[in-house]
Amino acid sequence: MLRKMKRFEYFEPSTLEEAFSLLNKYNGKVKILSGGTDLLVAMKERGLAPSYVMNVKCIPGLDYIKYEEKKDLRIGALTTIRTIETSNVIREKFSVLAQAASMLGSIQVRNRATIGGNLCNAAPSAETAPSLIGLKAKVKIASLEGERIVPLEKFFVGPGITVLKKGEILAEIIVPFPLPHTKGIYIKYGRRKAMEIAMVSVAVIATLSVEGEVWEDVNIILGAVAPTPLRARKAEEVLQSKRISEPLIEKVGQLAYEEACPISDMRASADYRKEMVKVLVKKAIREISGLKKS
Amino acid sequence: MIQKRIQLKVNGEEYKLEVKSNDTLLDVIRDRLSLTGTKRGCDTGDCGACTVLLEGKPVNSCLVLAIEADGKEVITIEGLTKEGKLDLVQEAFIEQGAIQCGFCTPGMVLSAKALLDENRNPTESEIKTAIAGNLCRCTGYVKIVKAISSAAEKMRKIRKS
Repeated sequence: MLRKMKRFEYFEPSTLEEAFSLLNKYNGKVKILSGGTDLLVAMKERGLAPSYVMNVKCIPGLDYIKYEEKKDLRIGALTTIRTIETSNVIREKFSVLAQAASMLGSIQVRNRATIGGNLCNAAPSAETAPSLIGLKAKVKIASLEGERIVPLEKFFVGPGITVLKKGEILAEIIVPFPLPHTKGIYIKYGRRKAMEIAMVSVAVIATLSVEGEVWEDVNIILGAVAPTPLRARKAEEVLQSKRISEPLIEKVGQLAYEEACPISDMRASADYRKEMVKVLVKKAIREISGLKKS
Repeated sequence: MIQKRIQLKVNGEEYKLEVKSNDTLLDVIRDRLSLTGTKRGCDTGDCGACTVLLEGKPVNSCLVLAIEADGKEVITIEGLTKEGKLDLVQEAFIEQGAIQCGFCTPGMVLSAKALLDENRNPTESEIKTAIAGNLCRCTGYVKIVKAISSAAEKMRKIRKS
């Protein structure tokens, strides 16, 4: 089925400075193309008709994965999801991120989609967001005025809306090196395994105490059940520093259920999503704790 | 700019074309170069019928602007046949009966080709992941997976001998 986009004026800046000035000049009317697997679909399917499209993929120096042992991981905003999925260092040291990346769309989509694009598109179901928030990632935002760093948790404002201001571009994702004995899991739940947008997704990332008996620094992040990726803070607190047990896991699941505030849409009803939050949070905790369902 | 002159290398041949900003790579391949082996299915990146190899990697050509592909190398299904001889993957699809209506086949073959270029010994699960973005509405997946694994086997044999 032919779905023709409306014509637009196309820019291909070769430096960030050029990109900033174009953003400033065409305030609000320019859409950034950084892969196109969301933008072009919106233009074909949902009638989005920007006057200007700026392809940032030709700006050099924004496609990289830099890892410094015991310090941090830095990912350039134009790194493709496929590169992240297949990166050895991300698979070994930040496996929960590689896992999430491998679940986004298809290989064809992952070869085009970029991590910056996935985050700036700000879908409540954004595949890479829950894992990255759980890993305490920060984003570096650049503009003509300079740079600022924002925790990813504070980056999302609503569906499709971020804290990016006029003339700003997301340049880098910074993921701190996790503490030893940190475990993480990302569970995506949809009707089918491939080519699916999450109905509910859950990332749980936690660190075992020195004695190895309790979880500390617990991060529970829910996707697709609120206007933005959501930290289930009450659930996190309850799991914190307590000896793991089935009743405790039940309680954590119940709290996450209460914190989720999803909508009903074509993918699932709000009630069903809430129920699945409970199921998936419990499952995630059991899995990182090496427990089978009793 | 609304229009731009671009240069594309498609199946080894250089093309110079004037394209509009809203033309996709798929539009150009089918309507300008008349390479209609690449199919237009959903036109929104879900079905994989328009899969081509861009710089060696499988992409949905319906989600790539033609302008973005300027200076790049594209392989379509027509480019797999060398001097009238089908590629091993194409042969395997025929031998295994992995084609029904044929609409998904070009995309399936190119996704498989990209997999086997990187991995000569894929597991069944790796094959399924590789073609997860290619829908077959005849649901002939079992034979498609079989064809890909048989093509892999043939490639390994050729390499050994």
